[in-house]
Amino acid sequence: MIEAVGLTKRYGPKTAVQDLSFTVRPGIVTGFLGPNGAGKSTTMRMLLGLDTPSAGHATINGRRYADHAAPLREVGAMLEARAIHTGRSAFNHLLSLAATHGIPRSRVDEVIDLVGLRQVAKKRAGGFSLGMGQRLGIASALLGDPATLILDEPVNGLDPEGILWIRNLLKSLAVEGRTVLVSSHLMSEMALTAEHLIVIGRGQLIADTSVADFTERASRGGVLVRTPDSVRLAELLGELPGVSVTDGEDVQVLTVDGVDSERVGRLAAEHGLTLFELTPQKASLEEAFMEMTKDAVEYDAVVAPRTLVEEHAA
Amino acid sequence: MSTATPTAVQARPSVGGPVTLPRVVHSEWIKFRTLRSSYFTLLAAVVFMVGFGLLACYGAIDHLNHPDVRDHGFSINAADRSLRGYLAAQLAVGVLGVLVVSGEYSTGMIRASVSAVPRRLPVLWAKAGVFGAVTFVVTLITAFVAFFGGQAVLSSHNVQTSLSAAGVARTVVGTSLYLTAIGIFAVAVGTMIRNTAGGIASIFGVLLVLPTLVEVLPSNWSSHISPYLPGAAGQAVATLNPDPGTLAPWTGYGVLWIYVVLALIGAATVLKRRDA
Repeated sequence: MIEAVGLTKRYGPKTAVQDLSFTVRPGIVTGFLGPNGAGKSTTMRMLLGLDTPSAGHATINGRRYADHAAPLREVGAMLEARAIHTGRSAFNHLLSLAATHGIPRSRVDEVIDLVGLRQVAKKRAGGFSLGMGQRLGIASALLGDPATLILDEPVNGLDPEGILWIRNLLKSLAVEGRTVLVSSHLMSEMALTAEHLIVIGRGQLIADTSVADFTERASRGGVLVRTPDSVRLAELLGELPGVSVTDGEDVQVLTVDGVDSERVGRLAAEHGLTLFELTPQKASLEEAFMEMTKDAVEYDAVVAPRTLVEEHAA
Repeated sequence: MSTATPTAVQARPSVGGPVTLPRVVHSEWIKFRTLRSSYFTLLAAVVFMVGFGLLACYGAIDHLNHPDVRDHGFSINAADRSLRGYLAAQLAVGVLGVLVVSGEYSTGMIRASVSAVPRRLPVLWAKAGVFGAVTFVVTLITAFVAFFGGQAVLSSHNVQTSLSAAGVARTVVGTSLYLTAIGIFAVAVGTMIRNTAGGIASIFGVLLVLPTLVEVLPSNWSSHISPYLPGAAGQAVATLNPDPGTLAPWTGYGVLWIYVVLALIGAATVLKRRDA
């Protein structure tokens, strides 16, 4: 269980994260989404006590991260930027972290096998590919067999096999009752992995919802109808309250808003109209995400150049 | 929401235990011994100490072979001469002390370190302790090797000294004590500055540039300041007969430790306060 209450992080005049509150529950994978620069990594760093919040606080299993006597046993974390000395081997890296908690060498071997790094465990981490680095980061996170996992972009740089592996790993960790928070900018990936979503933009909470609700809320909710009797059907639909009909490029195609597909189908049947196609227009997670974070992205595009200039001048 | 946590996780067998200072020390020891840079830099310190010590002694012999010198009753400080290499070795020790910390910042390892030990300060104490202990042991052995090697060279002209002579044992051990303090000072500086180049420049600045700058001050100022600079103060304990202008051996070494403690306080403050 992760709880963030009013988390705020300011860097000088710039606010990276503003009054962010959310709860991450155990037993499911929670996706942490936001466009680049939304404040995902900053938030995760505050959860782990790497950055001190300007205001608010975050607790994991009821305590601030730094107040845990054995933090690696409570929380396993992998941040986006690498946290590995390039001159040290994967095995020795894990061994040094394990030593802080008296975690035995056998557990180090266990996590190395779990992430599939046995072959390269004695090699210097500086020579690792992005994918191998991610696997080592995940091994570090799992070292203390923690009840909570916080992973920043874990599929970044993994090949398809690796992505499938991490997807199943995250799900199985959640099924075991762990709290799993995963950030990603790959919406399609989250659709397959996460059950719940926390969406932020411009450092502020945009949505805290299930994946299904998220898609539903942001979807256009229209119905696409293809019929040879498009003119007649448009008339009938137009009589219903709160329904709007848009003509498609094809004269046979209508896009209907404010009514579900069942209602359209029944109406057509009542009047003996032929339908070729009747498709509810569900937005994909990707589209839903873009729709929802549109403002944040626009803000980035407009304001970013000015901020750069200001920073330059300062 | 605060109630039902599935039991599968709670029932898991426990792995390890709480973070303790001895465990952090163990971790830092693993970190130190698993980097090649540790060995290369320590090797440099050893080579400097023994090499320059022997060179200085051969230089003295060469001098003594000169008839003019011999007839004018040239005397040499056999102990100091054989240990002179510590002036070069202190730079290697300083570099490594900075690297122990700055290497973690440049690679991002520090995030893993402070995630594992979120109270942070144990990491600083453990790094300073481990590096201090390693430096002490390595440079103590090296100081004795340099001393005995140097005396062997000097014995060809019978100008050697021995450990039992007044102050000699203190000078040999003091060389190691001085380097140990410099090493810990460098760990603290590395923690404050975080950046390898900046940290090394600071150490070199304190040990090499600062004394020169003080030299150009009016002499009645510089004579009051010079003895209290970290290098000059600490080196009193590594010198058989300190100059009249400098502090007494153990007083000087105590002054160096005041700097070390102040630097550690600064390092602790920065480590605790600033985002990692």
